[in-house]
Amino acid sequence: MKIVIIGNGISGISAARWTRKLSDHEITVISSETEYFFSRTALMYIYMGHMRKVDTQPYEPYFWKKNRIDLVKDHVDHVDFDNKSLTMKSGDNISYDKLILALGSKSNKFGWPGQDLKCVAGLYSMQDLDNMEAHSAGLKRAVIVGGGLIGIEMAEMFRSRDIPVTILIREESYWNNILPKEESAMITRHIYDHHIDLRIGVNLGEIVDDGNGKACAVIIKETGERIECGYVGLTAGVSPNVAFLKDTGLKIERGISVNNHLETNMPGVYAIGDCAQISEPMPGRRPIEAIWYTGRMMGEVAAYNVCGREVAYDPGIWFNSAKFLDIEYQVYGDVLAKPPEHHATFYWEHPDGTKAIRLVYDVNDKTILGFNVMGIRFRHEVCEKWLKEKTHLEKVIEDLSLANFDPEFYKQHEQDFVDAYNKQTGANLKLKRKRKLDQVLKFLKA
Amino acid sequence: MNNIQKIGIGLFLLSLIIFTAVLGLNSYTLSSDGLSHITNDVHRNAIIEEAEKTGALDKKYSNNIAFIGDFKSILNNTQASLESSYKSNPPADVSEWDYKMGDWVMKDYTINTLKATGDGPVSNNPLLFLFLTFGLGIIGGLLFILPKFRALPGIKNDNIYHSALTRGLTFTPRVGILMATIIGVLIYGFKYMNGAIFWPLVTAIVAGLITLLVFLHEKKKETGPPRSASVPITGWIGFFAGFYLIGFYILLYWMPEYITNWTTIVDPVSHMLSGNDASQWFLYGLMYTVIVIVMGIRMMSKYRHNKYQRVRTASVMFFQTCIAFLLPEILTRLNYPYYDFKNIWPLNYTFFFDWNINNLIESGGLGIFMLVWGIALIVLGVPIITYFYGKRWYCSWVCGCGGLAETMGDPFRQLSDKSIRAWKYERYIIHGVLVFAVIMTAMVLYHFFTGSTRVLFLDSNNIRQWYGFLIGSAFAGVIGTGFYPLMGNRTWCRFGCPLAGYLGLVQKFKSRFRITTNGGQCISCGNCSTHCEMGIDVRHYAQRGQDIVRSSCVGCGVCAAVCPRGVLRLENGSTDIGERAEEVRNVHIEDLINAK
Ligand SMILES: Cc1cc2nc3c(=O)[nH]c(=O)nc-3n(C[C@H](O)[C@H](O)[C@H](O)COP(=O)(O)OP(=O)(O)OC[C@H]3O[C@@H](n4cnc5c(N)ncnc54)[C@H](O)[C@@H]3O)c2cc1C
Ligand code: SF4
Repeated sequence: MKIVIIGNGISGISAARWTRKLSDHEITVISSETEYFFSRTALMYIYMGHMRKVDTQPYEPYFWKKNRIDLVKDHVDHVDFDNKSLTMKSGDNISYDKLILALGSKSNKFGWPGQDLKCVAGLYSMQDLDNMEAHSAGLKRAVIVGGGLIGIEMAEMFRSRDIPVTILIREESYWNNILPKEESAMITRHIYDHHIDLRIGVNLGEIVDDGNGKACAVIIKETGERIECGYVGLTAGVSPNVAFLKDTGLKIERGISVNNHLETNMPGVYAIGDCAQISEPMPGRRPIEAIWYTGRMMGEVAAYNVCGREVAYDPGIWFNSAKFLDIEYQVYGDVLAKPPEHHATFYWEHPDGTKAIRLVYDVNDKTILGFNVMGIRFRHEVCEKWLKEKTHLEKVIEDLSLANFDPEFYKQHEQDFVDAYNKQTGANLKLKRKRKLDQVLKFLKA
Repeated sequence: MNNIQKIGIGLFLLSLIIFTAVLGLNSYTLSSDGLSHITNDVHRNAIIEEAEKTGALDKKYSNNIAFIGDFKSILNNTQASLESSYKSNPPADVSEWDYKMGDWVMKDYTINTLKATGDGPVSNNPLLFLFLTFGLGIIGGLLFILPKFRALPGIKNDNIYHSALTRGLTFTPRVGILMATIIGVLIYGFKYMNGAIFWPLVTAIVAGLITLLVFLHEKKKETGPPRSASVPITGWIGFFAGFYLIGFYILLYWMPEYITNWTTIVDPVSHMLSGNDASQWFLYGLMYTVIVIVMGIRMMSKYRHNKYQRVRTASVMFFQTCIAFLLPEILTRLNYPYYDFKNIWPLNYTFFFDWNINNLIESGGLGIFMLVWGIALIVLGVPIITYFYGKRWYCSWVCGCGGLAETMGDPFRQLSDKSIRAWKYERYIIHGVLVFAVIMTAMVLYHFFTGSTRVLFLDSNNIRQWYGFLIGSAFAGVIGTGFYPLMGNRTWCRFGCPLAGYLGLVQKFKSRFRITTNGGQCISCGNCSTHCEMGIDVRHYAQRGQDIVRSSCVGCGVCAAVCPRGVLRLENGSTDIGERAEEVRNVHIEDLINAK
């Protein structure tokens, strides 16, 4: 059987690797972006000079041959689902028995005047990165439209070369549609500490043409203020990259509709990663989750299904992580910016304003619902177990050291957390366990 | 970079230029006064006679190169004439060995004569030049480094791949330089062994065999060139820095007579500490210590937010300054043997040499203690401490080579090759060196106890001379440090150090130490692999949720520090190490299916 995968991102490559592990089928992976799989999440580090492009490739070039995964660098212009055939930009045709669509996303553009000028671009692909690099020499200022994870990464990139940056966000503080108020405030402060000119509560009015088709300034809608700049980054979110599949009979809403076996409405065709939209997501989960981890899991699940071993997609307990300039962030379970009635939270912040722990629990029975940590590392497996087992909040607090994943010698803040909790609630909790690997492993096995 | 930092760099470069120039700043006049340090009357008079004959006596040389040339031929002629006059007319009152002039004393005579006859700004103002070189270098370095403490704490790797100092070389020139160095070492080694081809030849054959094994294993068609080499970048400042370092080591190990002016400027420090004139080894020790301290401060500024890094850096600074540098000098002053308490065989390959053992035995209680301490470290210290904490307790907390790598070498850590091919080379070479060290030491001990130098066709003096040359000097020094800007800061530790090989075996097979990965949080970004100085592809494990148990890991903790998602943690624990290091440990689907 010939399995063709469009897209060599994390989801497509995970699907290919797992298909190879499970079967002897012929595997072809197509992408027009790069020859080899690279880590999209590491784009920023290339620009910042922490790594070279090769360093972002998780596998050495020989890996693909050794595992008999054929790589094709070409663009798929059209998919003929009836004849199971792809038309390539180069003119070739590639036929398939089963097809996995792992097309990823594209940066949003909301019809702003000037959005298609030169020096205006999102940050998603390797080409976007090259474009950014090409226009960075002598750049006097960059304006970034939209906060979010990619926006702040882009700001960090420019700052690494001492290029002044302005970020325009509609919200009143950074990423406050996802982060709870205190964390959002913390990051907002941190952005200012890094001398980034964050403008809150503003929208992009238009991007000004310098007369040669290049951007030279932006105008803020609310105030009419003009900000001179040589580069405009559009980072107001991403959406599934599915335009070329419209009108092929494939069912597309925002993304490609899939059931919980990741099958589309076309027989033998699957969709995974950023471009897939789950028709009936698990409770508490969103239909499109454009993140690395879900792409990786979907790739694996799709491989099982393609190989005839039926497995339903179950992403498990939500987790994610990011780094805002110098502050690391991890989340496990449900931590919402606008929590429902029954969510209560206990929040502790370090006096230096760069570290925080938030526990979310159910007001009714005090079971733990989520963790948000800023500037401190928690242990995924431990948090997951607490969440799965619906552990009581106070039990979690007493054992909190088990979750600490900071490097050795770091000051541990669990005691401060417990003290704060006791003070506020009148409880008398004590830390019961130490941060020791043996204890953790025992706990995980129990 | 602000202005203060620019001034710092300027001062540092100035100090480097002066340091280099110092070598040519003296003139030399070969007077009989200048030879008075030679206490052997026969030798001294013969040399003076020979010098007079050739017209070199009281002649003024404007630089050391010409002087050394003439003086060496004077010594050679003297040696020959003493040899023949001993034959024709053996003196009654002087023993043969006092009469004839051995190669070894000739080296000493050359160096000491240079120091005694040198005249000029350097010899007249050693303190001034100490300030202009070491002093300015330190001030310049600190001016560059201290302002960094003002930056916001956080990962500071910006632009390392944009800098011509730290971005390394492409594959071809890098391999070219490496090959040239190896060939150069072998040719020089031929000369070093007085024209005996045996050992250089054996070395060349072993190198060829290893390469053959590596490539056979790769089954060629599957493997491309090593990954870390395929991007065209040229770090020309790094190239010159490497060149300078390599040159420095060649002079230090094999041509110390050319650097007597350097030892002259550190004489005042040596007098203060041990009371003796400075040898090239004192110079090296002092430079080493100063560099570890200054660059250690840099490391602290870089990882201000990371207490593991701060404590660890303080530790290597302490061990280098107090245990490796000051303590042995003080012991010498007190007439005890020169002894570095933290240097362990087989890194300290001379530990079992007869002169060392004899020296320790003859030095009373303390000497015996040193002998017992050294052996206890080998048979108890290494396995026990490594069992509990991994080899990091030594390699990145205590060791001097490790100390230099973690301080001066830190800007170059990303240049280590992460390819599977490099890993294969690593395993063959490091274990090969370990075996070599064991055989060499066994023969030396056999010699010590039995008095016989021969086992089969091998000669214990010969093998130890070659080991000292090839591993002790060429590998550990010239390649080990000279290649920092070319192949990363742990080239020696990774490919060569026999002690690291020994520690690594313990770590791999019997230790509680591992790097744990944090569930599914890895985004495969590659920061951890890139900044691993030992060339471990950390990401390979992390993205599978696998714990990392690798013999080469020195536990520097930088992977955990640079990981932007908090995925890695260095940990010690008594349980589950094998299970958690299994491949694909964290895959949820297998769990699901197995559970059904
Ligand atoms: C800068 C940045 C930082 C990020 N950081 C994080 C993070 O820290 N954590 C996190 O969880 N997520 C992060 N993400 C999101 C994460 O990278 C994506 O969710 C993930 O890469 C999506 O993977 P994918 O395999 O679905 O698609 P992609 O990686 O986008 O792969 C799709 C590939 O298919 C190719 N393709 C599409 N159509 C065609 C066609 N017609 N013909 C040929 N080829 C085609 C595309 O060129 C592309 O190469 C980040 C994203 C960006 C851009
Ligand atoms: S640095 Fe962290 S996230 Fe990046 S590859 Fe390594 S372990 Fe994974």
